[in-house]
Amino acid sequence: MDGLVLRKLGRRFGAVDAVLDFDLQIKPGEFVSLLGPSGCGKTTTLRMIAGFIDPTSGSIELDGKILSAPSGSVPPEKRGMSMIFQSYAIWPNMTVAENVAFGLNLRKLPADEVKKRVGAVLETVRMSHLADRYPAELSGGQQQRVALARAVVIRPAVLLLDEPLSNLDANLREEMRFEIKRMHDEFKITSVYVTHDQGEAMVTSDRIAVMNNGRLEQIDTPYALYSRPKTRFVASFIGRTNFLSGNRGNSMIDFAGFSVPLGMIGEEVTGGGPITVSIRPQAMKLSATEIAKDKAINLPGSVKQSSFLGETWDYVFQSRDGGLQFRVAAPPADVFPVGAPAWLQIDPAQIVPIAD
Amino acid sequence: MTSVSDTDAMSWSKDEPAKVRVPWHQRLQPANLLWLFLAGILVVLIIAPMWTLVVSSFTDAKTGGWTLHNYVEAYGKERHITALTNTLKMGAAVVVLKLLFGVPLAWACTRTDMPGRNFVRYSVFGAFIMPPYLAGVGWILLAGPNTGWINKIWHSLTGATEPLVNVFSFGGLVLVTAIGGFFLVFVLVSSAFEMINSEMEDAANILGAGPFKTAMKVTFPLVMPAIIGAALLSFLGAIALYGVPALISIPARYPVVVIQLTEFFSFPLRLEVAAAYSIPLLLITAALLGLQKLILRRKGYVAVSGKGGERRIVKLGRWRWMLFAYCMIVVSLAVIMPLFVLLLAAFSQSWTTGFSLDNFTLSNFHYVLFEHSSSQKALIGSVGLGIAAATVAIVLALFIAYIVQRKLLPFSGVLAFLAVSPYVVPGIVLAIGFYAAYALPPVALYGTYMILALAFITRFLPIAFTTSSAGVRSIHPEMEEAVRILGGGRTTAIRHVVGPLLKRTLAGGWLLIFVPAAQELSTAIFLVGPTTRVVSVVLLDLSEEGELEKLAALGSLLLIIIVAVVALGMRYLGRDFMLRRS
Repeated sequence: MDGLVLRKLGRRFGAVDAVLDFDLQIKPGEFVSLLGPSGCGKTTTLRMIAGFIDPTSGSIELDGKILSAPSGSVPPEKRGMSMIFQSYAIWPNMTVAENVAFGLNLRKLPADEVKKRVGAVLETVRMSHLADRYPAELSGGQQQRVALARAVVIRPAVLLLDEPLSNLDANLREEMRFEIKRMHDEFKITSVYVTHDQGEAMVTSDRIAVMNNGRLEQIDTPYALYSRPKTRFVASFIGRTNFLSGNRGNSMIDFAGFSVPLGMIGEEVTGGGPITVSIRPQAMKLSATEIAKDKAINLPGSVKQSSFLGETWDYVFQSRDGGLQFRVAAPPADVFPVGAPAWLQIDPAQIVPIAD
Repeated sequence: MTSVSDTDAMSWSKDEPAKVRVPWHQRLQPANLLWLFLAGILVVLIIAPMWTLVVSSFTDAKTGGWTLHNYVEAYGKERHITALTNTLKMGAAVVVLKLLFGVPLAWACTRTDMPGRNFVRYSVFGAFIMPPYLAGVGWILLAGPNTGWINKIWHSLTGATEPLVNVFSFGGLVLVTAIGGFFLVFVLVSSAFEMINSEMEDAANILGAGPFKTAMKVTFPLVMPAIIGAALLSFLGAIALYGVPALISIPARYPVVVIQLTEFFSFPLRLEVAAAYSIPLLLITAALLGLQKLILRRKGYVAVSGKGGERRIVKLGRWRWMLFAYCMIVVSLAVIMPLFVLLLAAFSQSWTTGFSLDNFTLSNFHYVLFEHSSSQKALIGSVGLGIAAATVAIVLALFIAYIVQRKLLPFSGVLAFLAVSPYVVPGIVLAIGFYAAYALPPVALYGTYMILALAFITRFLPIAFTTSSAGVRSIHPEMEEAVRILGGGRTTAIRHVVGPLLKRTLAGGWLLIFVPAAQELSTAIFLVGPTTRVVSVVLLDLSEEGELEKLAALGSLLLIIIVAVVALGMRYLGRDFMLRRS
């Protein structure tokens, strides 16, 4: 099949499985992020795709050809990929133009073609005026643009990005996220992006693969990942959330102090007995009085804590019946003093059952 | 049906992953073969000579069978044992003197406001450039019992007839050996001083310790590991040095090991006995270096690792001139005085006549350049061997360091160990090993420049390796991975990225090898043939013939060439490249 396919991919270091049974299919032109905390195996996976690390189990295929397998791998230089490194790895002994031309020269392209392509790509990353500078004379953001230009100019089969923004300051990082997105939209290169920053992953990616302890937790579009997390890890790693334990009956799920009819939950709930659900702070609303509404849950209680975060309020609400605590996000205009009685309104469609 | 075959397919791929194969030609990288090649070179350079050395020490020269007789012959005579104990005594005395010279100078130049710090630094550097045997000749001119300059001045001042100083004595041997090697103490201790965080000293100051008390209680204890290391290396350097004992210890009637070894090597040649006699030198070296490692590991001085904060300069007040005077005495003894009389002799018809226009001549230079049978060839040979040894050692070391640092092979640690192991082999012992392994048939390299070059490369491989290894470590692996993912192999990465980035480091390492290699004596002494001489050996011949003026002229020429190369290096690499610790 076309695209990049990881099949049961695994890498063992000593007694530790850095990556285990990792299955992933990336369509041609798709932008997929590997997201997870440090040590989750995302960089190991990326370096296996690049060919710097050989897998100990499973395989990697590109457009139907096997690149990596425990019995041996195609070396990185024969994969036709390119990569943007965490340290940028811009060669300090070459000018900007020489850095960008390097991959083209290795492909033995005619000199005028090299020149044309280098000029065009430097134009795209807005670095034309600095073509003859040495890397030591560039700022971090400029070096990052050179790395980007150097990687895309060869029109790689796959572009790999290893936490490329982690060394930039916050403002620049924001700008570069959109730059990377723009380059992808322009060149449509199949891309794999490794990051621990969910914001970066959400801006750039078509789909995000969340990894934990060497395993794939869930792969989905950014919106689906946020609104429909499948595991406790994903729900807590992407944004903030409230976990509630309940018990599934015949037609209702019973939580401490309230119950929700099964039909109102956004997803089909299978099996009986104990169940955990995730409710985002944004799926709830605080109000001073009870608002009777169909298909909504209304709980009486009071505000326990409040912090103002600028764009939102972050309240801790405690329900009167059952003593459950919820973190609730509210717009800046919704001011509730600590200790004030309030009503919590939950949208049942946004209650998501998750696997523990 | 469908679901059954699905399960089958899955279990098949899980049980037999080997079926998923990558074509072999895509896995082939030329670098793999290169690594095997390097391991082969190290066997030739290090394992084979050392193995042959040990084996031949147990081999009967006539029958070729196993014997302990060589050891009996080597240690059976009292004279031979005396040479061994003499060597140890001399080594200990040299260490004391080298520390007395090196440590105060290092402190003065790095941590105080003493005047003329740069002058002292460069003079010490001069001591590195001047080979020990030339300093030895200088001191024979200065302190020869009858005609030495110091004694003649003493006689004319006092009318005394007894010499004031005599270089042909235990004291002379120790002094001349010490001035030839205290450079190393200076460099090691200087860099330790440079790494001390001033806040440690500030802490002592704020608690009421004055500058002197702080130095004694805080600063010196912190550089102690460096001093211990320098002391051990000084000892090893002193017991293995050949040139100075060859000039001094015979007339001083103070036999030492290296001289005894040359006796076994003179007619009738007793190679196996020499091998047996050199084993203690090897064992002492290995044991002391092991001891150093042990001491340094146990102490664990974190303070001396890494640049810590800003260093403050100690204000010496009126003591600064006292310290300066001491430094000047040391550099005069080590460099200025011997160099001056050496140059004077080179331009004199007779060095004993002294300083006058009538005595001036250029004929000594004409003689060594055009008349003497081998000195012109020896100059070319020494410089050529220096260039060859430095170049090959650096290239070889770079590849090994690269493999080791990038962990390209499972047994790369062994390569690293081998590359630094010649460090524990004294030059003269290495020469015996090379002689035993390669001089005689079937290899029959005796009398070729090849055997000299191989021995020199081996001797200086540790310096080359430490330099290259530090250089490679400073290059982020992603620099090379960027080359590879863009389609270049490892060799492309080395040629276009690693090589250019290491240019300066490697050039510095090259000079650090060229300078001692062009002067090398102890490794050369048993390996030179009738037509393959090097300057150091010709200089010793001239000294035996008593041709001290001609010797001085040839020595000056060697110095001029080395200084020129070093000056070029300084222009290119910056002034202080050799004073940094490699």
